[in-house]
Amino acid sequence: CARAPMYDFQEELVIRPLHSGDIYASFQFRTVWDADFMGDQKVSHYRLFPKSLGQVITKFSVRELHISFTQGYWRTMQWGQPYLPSPPGAELWVWFQDTVTDVDGTWKELTNVLSGIFCASLNFIDSTNTVQPSASFKPLGIGNVTDHSFLRYATLPREIVCTENLTPWKKLLPCGSKAGLSVLLKSEKLFHSTFHSQAVHVRPVCQDPQCRTTSMELRQTLNVVFDLHTSGQGKREWSLFKMFSRTLTEACPLASSSKVYVDVTDNPQVRPFELSPATPLLTQAVVLGDRRTYSVYDLTQQASFGSSRSLNMLLRWKAADGEMLRPLLHSERYVAGYGLQAGEIHTLIYNHHPYRAFPVLLLSAVPWYLRLYIHTLTVSSKGKDNRPSYIHYQPSKDRERPHLLEMLLQLPPNSVTEVTVEFERALLKWTEYTPDPNHGFYVGSSVISALVPSVVAMDTNSTLDRPLFSSFFPCKEEASYFMRVYTEPLLVNLPTPDFSMPYNVICLTCTVVAVGYGSLYNLLTRTFQVDEPSPGLAKRIANVIRRFRGVPLL
Amino acid sequence: DLNDKAGQFFNSGHTNNWAVLVCTSRFWFNYRHVANTLSVYRSVKRLGIPDSRIVLMLADDMACNHRNPKPATVFSHKNMELNVYGDDVEVDYRGYEVTVENFLRVLTGRLPASTPRSKRLLSDDRSNILIYLTGHGGNGFLKFQDSEEISNVELADAFEQMWQKRRYNELLFIIDTCQGASMYERFYSPNLMALASSQVGEDSLSHQPDLAIGVHLMDRYTFYLLEFLEDIHPSSTTNMNQLFKVCPKSQCVSTPGHRTDLFLRDPGRVLITDFFGSVRKVEITMETINLSSPMEPLPER
Repeated sequence: CARAPMYDFQEELVIRPLHSGDIYASFQFRTVWDADFMGDQKVSHYRLFPKSLGQVITKFSVRELHISFTQGYWRTMQWGQPYLPSPPGAELWVWFQDTVTDVDGTWKELTNVLSGIFCASLNFIDSTNTVQPSASFKPLGIGNVTDHSFLRYATLPREIVCTENLTPWKKLLPCGSKAGLSVLLKSEKLFHSTFHSQAVHVRPVCQDPQCRTTSMELRQTLNVVFDLHTSGQGKREWSLFKMFSRTLTEACPLASSSKVYVDVTDNPQVRPFELSPATPLLTQAVVLGDRRTYSVYDLTQQASFGSSRSLNMLLRWKAADGEMLRPLLHSERYVAGYGLQAGEIHTLIYNHHPYRAFPVLLLSAVPWYLRLYIHTLTVSSKGKDNRPSYIHYQPSKDRERPHLLEMLLQLPPNSVTEVTVEFERALLKWTEYTPDPNHGFYVGSSVISALVPSVVAMDTNSTLDRPLFSSFFPCKEEASYFMRVYTEPLLVNLPTPDFSMPYNVICLTCTVVAVGYGSLYNLLTRTFQVDEPSPGLAKRIANVIRRFRGVPLL
Repeated sequence: DLNDKAGQFFNSGHTNNWAVLVCTSRFWFNYRHVANTLSVYRSVKRLGIPDSRIVLMLADDMACNHRNPKPATVFSHKNMELNVYGDDVEVDYRGYEVTVENFLRVLTGRLPASTPRSKRLLSDDRSNILIYLTGHGGNGFLKFQDSEEISNVELADAFEQMWQKRRYNELLFIIDTCQGASMYERFYSPNLMALASSQVGEDSLSHQPDLAIGVHLMDRYTFYLLEFLEDIHPSSTTNMNQLFKVCPKSQCVSTPGHRTDLFLRDPGRVLITDFFGSVRKVEITMETINLSSPMEPLPER
């Protein structure tokens, strides 16, 4: 008699005040399901795991799926590092299982199905914007896969995120938007923010340290940064009601754990803000290479809600903040040059660690209509040439494949590394232009993946009970943690024809032909006859009388 | 009298309702076309048609546009009275996907095999379909996304294909563009009823601007259509003749037109909810059924 598959659902919200006065809220909803998708048993009974995703995973033999929709750009220098990075627009990367025979065909069908589930135009993902990274996107779940032919990565930098993407995302949650932390997700407040990112991550995880049983983990994450001036009305005082226009009244009944964490790390000795209602629960967690202290509100305990039966955290600032810790890894990217023929892409990677050097993997996928001249690729740090130890380059094919450039760079301590490559703009066929071509064409963000040296020892035991925000990226060594940084997307203008020209040409040609040919024809075939001028009035009356009399006319 | 009631019960031969709502204009100053489409979407959802039966096509995003001072909202009345975008909206085709080819493929059902269900019009011969188009148009054409156009001949042929493939029972076509009546001139398939916001040679005008948002919020015809539909509830018995009277020349400045010669039933007997709502036919019985009477035992398995 088979054991019924076990489910576990946890929800959590982390609130982290930022040094610039803004506030960062990160939701994570995690469903772990004991079913074995990779085995032979057909999965047909769904309880907490959403059926639409489960069917997609089974039908397309997906091992890992990561999809994110982001509006806005994460400002690392002002806000620090995010718990879960994501590039502007839509990003989708999938590891297929090794039983799949036609990965490209399955990828195309998968993107179409996902576009229907998330109400996004993911069907625009095709071979012209899909790449197979060879090193940057290792599986985040279990599995020691080395064959990168089963990995596909694509971004749509132009994709818009709005309520129609949030609605189906909320419907995947076990409690929907009715109970628990998801009641806070109201679109009018969420989209009136500087940064909004929602994502779905599906991956297989181990249930015990020896990894004898595996289960499927679904994490739905939502990161939002509320601006001090637009949402905060300029006053540095934040509360749940001010951020979301709702307060919490209960935990999701299906959740085994429902917690709210507020980052209250003392900086340096005195906490700059006051948190109410006070809570005795304090926990420490090592996240992003730093040990931080959090006040915890446990929503499964009735006492958290107090006498008013609703929980509204209030953060009031008394003193100014201290200095922000500079993020160790940061990057920028821009297009240089002038005119519509050629240009240069500059990527700057900053290493702010005072004495440690560390390697980073840079992945750039550039569309085929920017023809990169790889022989002009230069990498320099502190003015000197910095040769990458590993380069994987796949040249583009017109209208079929984009450029893929992956490099392993060693960043010297306290330095800026500049990667430059020249390109030439292609002239597209007139049917390939978008309806608004003068807006420009987007180039997706570059991805920088690195193992950054950590200030405190990281915890490598993945099965311990830890807050969700600290357990997203797997940690294999104690001295460093994994980080991914996305650069800005680029907006380049391609030489755009004047689309009214076909109409102008037709009008002009027809006029020239009509006037030219018509005149020539007339000249050649027209004959002239002498015509008597019409007589005056007196003569005409005289002619009439003469006609009566039968006498010849004048 | 019972015969009359039975006749009314089996009046329309449809069993399910579909709606295809299309906004064809791009750019921020065409906010009103998106608001038009969303207000019809809102009415149709309110009267019972679920999202799985609505194909909503919006050519541009106004709600989360960076020029929108109130993100995630689209208003139809000035002073921000009514947010037609709401919190529960599913857009099936958006942005660059709204093309003439995709629109005709949705209507005729000739979509690639991997198209998801939410993007298909899975109607059968017992479906009543509401098709609403809005945007910029002219004499005999409707402009899609400022770069291509659909002609009235193509539209008529698409409807004929739908009729030949038995993809609709009855079809109501509403168009709110300049010279909208030219779009239904060429229809030749049976069971089509059409309404337009203006005659050939006339322009459809927009309603009112909102000074905070900075654009015109709605077109006049759809504004008064929305007001008319707000009074309709799932059990109302208003018929099509009242719909033809929506927005007379005094309110609309243009002359709305309609065409019913291809429609087999009398428009006075067609309910608004036959097209705008999804009304389940419920039969009320007056006799009681005794549930406590002894049941016959089932045969042993």
